[in-house]
Amino acid sequence: MSSTLIRAERPLFEGADWEFSTIQRCHDEISKIALGEMGLDIYTNQIEVIGTEQMLDAYSSIGMPLFYKHWSFGKHFARNEAMYQAGMQGLAYEIVINSNPCISYIMEENTAMMQTLVIAHAAFGHNHFFKNNYLFQQWTDANGILDYLEFARDYIMSCEERYGEVAVERLLDAAHALMSHAVHKYPRKRTADLRSEEKRERERREHDEKVFNDLWRTVPGKDNAKNNPTAEEQRKAILQLPQENILYFMEKTAPRLAPWQREVLRIVRIIAQYFYPQSQTKVMNEGCATYTHYEIMNRLHAKGLLTDGAMVEFLSSHTNVVFQPEFDDRRYSGLNPYALGFAMMQDIERICKTPTAEDKQWFPHIAGCNDHMNVLRDVWANYRDESFILQYLSPKLVRQFGLFHVMDDSNEPNLRVEAIHDERGYRKIKQALAKQYDISWTSADIQVVDVNLAGDRKLILHHRALNRVLLEEKDARQVLQHLADLWGYDVLMKEVDPGTEAVLKEHAASPRPGIVKVEPAA
Amino acid sequence: MHIVDRRLNPSGKNLANRQRFMRRAKQQIRKAVHESAGSRSIKDADEGGEVVLPAQGVHEPSFRRSSSGGIRDHLLPGNKEYIAGDTIARPPGGGGGSGSEGSPDGEGEDDFRFALSREEFVDLFLEDLELPDLAKRRVVNAEAVVFHRAGYSVSGSPANLALNRTVRNSLSRRIALRRPKAEELQALKDEIEALSDGSDEPRRIALEEELLRKQRRTGLIPYIDPLDVRYKRFEAMPKPVAQAVMFCLMDVSGSMTEHMKDLAKRFYVLLYIFLKRRYKNVDVVFIRHTHQASEVDEDTFFNSPETGGTVVSTALEEMQRVIVERYSPDNWNIYAAQASDGDNTASDNDKTAALLTKVLLPACQYYAYLEVGRDSEHFPPGFIRRDSDLWQTYSTIIRNGAPMAMRKVGHRRDIYPVFRELFAKKNQGAEAHAE
Repeated sequence: MSSTLIRAERPLFEGADWEFSTIQRCHDEISKIALGEMGLDIYTNQIEVIGTEQMLDAYSSIGMPLFYKHWSFGKHFARNEAMYQAGMQGLAYEIVINSNPCISYIMEENTAMMQTLVIAHAAFGHNHFFKNNYLFQQWTDANGILDYLEFARDYIMSCEERYGEVAVERLLDAAHALMSHAVHKYPRKRTADLRSEEKRERERREHDEKVFNDLWRTVPGKDNAKNNPTAEEQRKAILQLPQENILYFMEKTAPRLAPWQREVLRIVRIIAQYFYPQSQTKVMNEGCATYTHYEIMNRLHAKGLLTDGAMVEFLSSHTNVVFQPEFDDRRYSGLNPYALGFAMMQDIERICKTPTAEDKQWFPHIAGCNDHMNVLRDVWANYRDESFILQYLSPKLVRQFGLFHVMDDSNEPNLRVEAIHDERGYRKIKQALAKQYDISWTSADIQVVDVNLAGDRKLILHHRALNRVLLEEKDARQVLQHLADLWGYDVLMKEVDPGTEAVLKEHAASPRPGIVKVEPAA
Repeated sequence: MHIVDRRLNPSGKNLANRQRFMRRAKQQIRKAVHESAGSRSIKDADEGGEVVLPAQGVHEPSFRRSSSGGIRDHLLPGNKEYIAGDTIARPPGGGGGSGSEGSPDGEGEDDFRFALSREEFVDLFLEDLELPDLAKRRVVNAEAVVFHRAGYSVSGSPANLALNRTVRNSLSRRIALRRPKAEELQALKDEIEALSDGSDEPRRIALEEELLRKQRRTGLIPYIDPLDVRYKRFEAMPKPVAQAVMFCLMDVSGSMTEHMKDLAKRFYVLLYIFLKRRYKNVDVVFIRHTHQASEVDEDTFFNSPETGGTVVSTALEEMQRVIVERYSPDNWNIYAAQASDGDNTASDNDKTAALLTKVLLPACQYYAYLEVGRDSEHFPPGFIRRDSDLWQTYSTIIRNGAPMAMRKVGHRRDIYPVFRELFAKKNQGAEAHAE
């Protein structure tokens, strides 16, 4: 920020009060900067002004404007309401939804400055990220989500009417318990269309012709035994096992579910999938939005559109948002994604504009390129938290945050400091930190491995206990019970050590009647 | 860009979820309400407010990696003194150096606290309570009148016009009187039109005459005649109302300590909330007594100090007087609750018993006696408490099978259980219904 004081010549607003025309004006000015100067690319904005109760409402239904009914949402609402009323928790200034048009909820209690800030942050920062990041493009359908949610709500309501609230509630309980393991982590093979098949065939033939060598014919053939799959392998192939999307497996394979029950599982699964990218891009998403609002607010001020008073109010609020307490601070509760994200975005700008020798060594492809917006837009489009940190966490930031890596092995009496912010540690810290944001590393790796549909139909799951970390036992037992209720037959979960394949622990559950008809045990 | 003002949207969108949650956690909420009722002051009893539920009951499980054991990496900001290879003693709690990292979804295993609205609280608070034997139902005057449909009438207000019936009458009258239909007239007109080229003059004239005749007839016979009009008729039916009167009798003499008065007051406040809540038609009469009794208003009853001796029968006489004057036992369900420390002037006991058995109990549906005592914890062990005069007197009456119940209360926390005992629903089949 330039240190010269700029007099606001034609401020967008003065004082804290705002009206709808103020919001319109702010939006238009921000739009000029964001689209014209920063080159952002956004969905059309829809800004909705809401009150406290509606904000609490949005909290309880994971931020979505409409949602099906379930007691757990009532629970979250009651909890948040109690916390809010007791003054233990403030409310967010905004909530933004990845939809087209992009809906941002802004609170009526915000000051005019705060409305400007949240519009810049959510309606432009997050909006750009939603529209451009590859994960969102791959996994979410911004055009369809609101319609789908409406369908989901109506469908579940009609199920409640036909089959009773209790039946639907039990099913949703089970589905929600499995929601964390209801996503496809890798894009599935797309069904091939004729044209691309032909093209591929042609390419393959050309390749064959190019590398043709008659000699290969004379090489003794491989053992053909491998090509005859065993019955077990065939079975697994038909059921697409192993399968890590447990709800998907239930929806497609569980023998006793009624069609409406499969549809409900599908709804929960699709919603889980919709939120999957958000859990992988917290740092980047917030970094992108925070960087955007910081940039926009400063430019507004420079253009004389913000008063100095509003600017001071903004800086104070911004500083709170990107505050990172140190590990020994009472306020410390993990790395603040806003702080880390914002610092990394700013750092990229610095590397592009005024690189040091160190930067040139670490980031030769962007150091001094002088077009930081281009680099940032590329980053926002093509990375997720894990790959972003792995690629762009600079030594300077590691020093600035004073990051250090502590290893806690429960077999050792003491914790050990593995790496600190020094020459030997940068790379280690970068890798270790990236791993913390890798969802396949942080969430339990659970897969359906086998079931003999022709036999006793016992469902077998494996949890590959990475680093010997087992599942929370009480929870695991409850979820497994839900799973057995859905499956209708016994369920067995083995926790195995991924290195040695040794079974560390087993949990089993037998179905209770309720969701599906259960045969009495033999 | 659109700006939408959602603030005016109907609130309470979450109500359905809240109800589902309340139903789900009903057992626990009920327990929490009853527990908190013991600890909070009765005056606040119908205020609603925060209750605390154990987290486990409404827990939503998921597959989570355990927070202990195995090998864990922590990346922490703010290094000051550590260098690579340092060892750090494991902090107590075994959580590693991560401070308070909270579970992934921000939900701790703490107890779950949330606020109940006043309505919800009182509903749960007074659940399952019922005035016993609310038997006599009486037809009372104008205020409890309901209107029932009772056929049709020829007069009434336009708002009550019975359209179907009116049109039906009109139709049958028109058919009976052969009022020409519009189509008939139109057909005639068309035919005349067709003949207007002069091809069949006599027929045209005949037709025109017929048309004229029919048109006159149409004019004479109206489409809807006042005769056809019918109105929906409503009849005022007196609605049987179960009405009850509750007598609250309290000893306010010198022997009643502040503690005892406090207990009695609490009991009555509870009773009062219960009655106000459960029954629309309940009168409450407050009678306090020392050596003389008087009917007072609610505020005086609860708040104003008084001193004097103790003659219980005076209160009963006062109650008798009020019953005779205002609440005929034929028309009213009469309930009485008496609170006292059990002291009575010895010479008065016989009179009291006689009044009760001969006059009051036959008139009453239910008579509850609450004996308030000193904090029972203060009695030294081995101390045998002699039953009070009143307790002995009443015991004899109950032994003879009168509709009466009595309990002792020594501590604030007993009030609510005793209250529930006295008014718990005995059997669902009884003819005791709230209006």
